Amino acid sequence: MSVLEIKDLHVTVETDQGTKEILKGVDLTIAQGEIHAIMGPNGSGKSTLAYSIAGHPKYHVESGSVLLDGAEVLEMSVDERARAGIFLAMQYPVEIPGVRMADFLRTAKTALDGEAPALRPWIKEVNEAMKSLRMDKTFSERNVNEGFSGGEKKRHEILQLELLKPRFAILDETDSGLDVDALKIVSEGVIRAKETNDLGILLITHYTRILRYIKPDFVHVFVDGRVAEEGGPELAERLENEGYDRFLADASVA
Amino acid sequence: MSPVATQTPEQHGAQAHSDGGWDSNAPGYVPVQTRDARFTSVNHDDFPEVRGIENDWKLTPVARVRPLIDGQLDGSPYAYLVNEATGASVDWIDRTDARVGLAGIPEDRGSANAWTSFERALAITVTSEDHVDLVLSRSQLGDEPRAAHTIITAKANSNSTVIIRSSGDAQLAENVEIVVESGATLTVVSVQEWSDPSTQLASHFVQVGKDAHLRHIVVTLGGSVVRLNPSVHLSGEGAQGELFGLYFADAGQHFEQRVYLHHEAANTIGRVNYKGALQGVGAHTVWVGDVLIGPKASGTDSYEQNRNLVLSEGTRADSIPNLEIETGDILGAGHASATGRFDDEQLFYLQARGITEAEARRLVVIGFLAEIVQKIGNPELESHLHAAIEAELSGGAQ
Repeated sequence: MSVLEIKDLHVTVETDQGTKEILKGVDLTIAQGEIHAIMGPNGSGKSTLAYSIAGHPKYHVESGSVLLDGAEVLEMSVDERARAGIFLAMQYPVEIPGVRMADFLRTAKTALDGEAPALRPWIKEVNEAMKSLRMDKTFSERNVNEGFSGGEKKRHEILQLELLKPRFAILDETDSGLDVDALKIVSEGVIRAKETNDLGILLITHYTRILRYIKPDFVHVFVDGRVAEEGGPELAERLENEGYDRFLADASVA
Repeated sequence: MSPVATQTPEQHGAQAHSDGGWDSNAPGYVPVQTRDARFTSVNHDDFPEVRGIENDWKLTPVARVRPLIDGQLDGSPYAYLVNEATGASVDWIDRTDARVGLAGIPEDRGSANAWTSFERALAITVTSEDHVDLVLSRSQLGDEPRAAHTIITAKANSNSTVIIRSSGDAQLAENVEIVVESGATLTVVSVQEWSDPSTQLASHFVQVGKDAHLRHIVVTLGGSVVRLNPSVHLSGEGAQGELFGLYFADAGQHFEQRVYLHHEAANTIGRVNYKGALQGVGAHTVWVGDVLIGPKASGTDSYEQNRNLVLSEGTRADSIPNLEIETGDILGAGHASATGRFDDEQLFYLQARGITEAEARRLVVIGFLAEIVQKIGNPELESHLHAAIEAELSGGAQ
C-alpha cells in the first residue's frame, strides 16, 4: 500500500511586497484508499499545498519533505511527479488552444504508461467515462478546456482522474462553482475512481457541501499555513455549524 | 479647480518624423488622414522611389526585394497544377479584360511593378452553389524575377474554398484580386512554402459584396522575404470578412503582412486573427493590422488580434494594430496584440498530466498555430500543415 507523507513543509511565494511565507510547517500522511478533507478559510494556504505537491514553479519549498513511498517528490520534475502517481485536479484549469481533448488524453496516457494505449479499447474507455460524467461525445473534438463552462472544466478534470488512474489525487476546490446536479455527477466520478484504483484523496474545500457526497475519513482544518485541528467526519459537521470564526480568532491572537 | 497649464510639455509625435514625407509644415503637403486616402496607381513610375525609410517600407529588408520593386519582371504565363472541380474554372485572360482592376489598385511601387509587367491574368471563377474545393499549385516559377496577376471571382451565391499552394524557387511580385459577389461564401487559402532563397511581394485586393462571406487565410512557412498585404473591403451591406494568418519564421527569414480591413457598408462583421512563431537568430515578422470603419458602416462588429510566440533568442516580432472609426453607431470594435514566450500555466497543466516538458512545448506551439489551421476546412491541407509545422519545430532543435 502506498503512502504520501508531507513533513514540516515550508513554502514561500514572491509577491509585490516581497517574499511571503504561505505554508509554515505542514504535516500530513495519506494512505492509499483514504479520503482526507482539508478545510479552511480563504488564504489559509490550502491551494498552495496542492500546487506545491504538484510542483508548480511559482511556489518555493524552503524546507520539509514530501515522500511517496519513501521517495522524495520535491526532487522530481512536474511530469515525474505525475508519472509517480500524483494527480492534481485544478481549481482553474487552463485553456490550451489548438490541442484537441482526444489528442491530449491519449498523449497523457501514453506518457504515464510509457506506451500508447491500444486504440479501440482506449476510445471505448474514454467514451464510457465521458458518458458517466454526462459529457457529450463532441467534447473529445474540442480543444482542451477552450470555451468550457466552469462545470465542464471540473468534469474534464475528473474525467482525467478516472482515465489516468493515479494513486493519489489532490482535488483543489473541485466543488467551487458547481450547481447541485454537477456536484453530484463529479462526486460520483471521484468515488468511482477511488473504488476502481484504491485512490488516496486529498480533498481541498472551503465548504462542507461536497462532503455530503464524498465522505472523508479524516478532516484537517487549515489556518494560517498549518494544520490547526484534526479529527474525523464529525469535525466537518462542527465546521458547518460554527464556521471558521473560532480558528480565525485564535490566529489573530497568535 | 485644476491648475491651468502654462507650458505644454514636449509631446511625442508633435514633431516631424525623421523618416521623411511627414513634415506637415512643408508647403503643399497634405498628410494622409485615413487609411483609404492612400495614393493608388497601376503604373510603377507613378510611385516615388522606395528608400526603405518610408512608413510603409521601414520594417521591410528592401535591398533583398529591390529586383521585385524596381527590376524588370517576366510577366508571361507559368505552369500550374489544378484539380478538377465541377462549377469552377481556371483560365488565362487578357490584361484588357473587364475583370482586371475590379477589386483594387496598387498602393505601393512593388505592387504597381507587378501590375505594369503582367501579360495575362489567371482567372479562377466559381459558380457552384454546392461547396467545391479548388486547389491550385505552382512550384516552377523559377529564380528569375517575375510578375503574376490572379483574379478569383466567387459568383453570386456560390460556395467554395480556393487554395493556392506556392512552393519551389521564386522571385515573385504579384497581385491577387478577389471578388466575392452577393450571397457567396468563399474561403481563400494562400500557402507560401517557398524555398529558402525565394522572395515574394504580394498584394491581395478583396471586395466582399452584400451578405457575402469571405474567409481569407495566409499561411507562410518558407522563403527568404515574404511580404503579403491583404486589403479587404466589406463593400456590401451585411458582408463578413474573416482574415486569418499563420506564420513560422526561422533564422534569417522575414515574413510580413500588412492587413487592411475596411468596413465600408452597414452591418458588416470583421474578424482578424494572425498567429506567428519565431525561432532562430534574425527571424523577423511584421504584422500591421489597419481597421477602418467608414462613415456609412453603422452596426459594424469588428475585432482584430495578433499573437506571436517567441521560441528563441535573437528574434524580432513587430505587431502594430491601428483602428480608425468614422461613425459612432457601431456594435463593437477592438484590437489585441501580444508577443511572448511560453505560457507557464499551459506547460504546467500538461506536465502535471505526466507529459514531458519537451513534449508539452511541442503541443503548445502546434496547438497555438493549429487554431488557424483548423479554420481551413480541407483535411488534406490541414494534415500537411501540421506535419510542416512539426518539421519547422524540429528544424530549430538541430
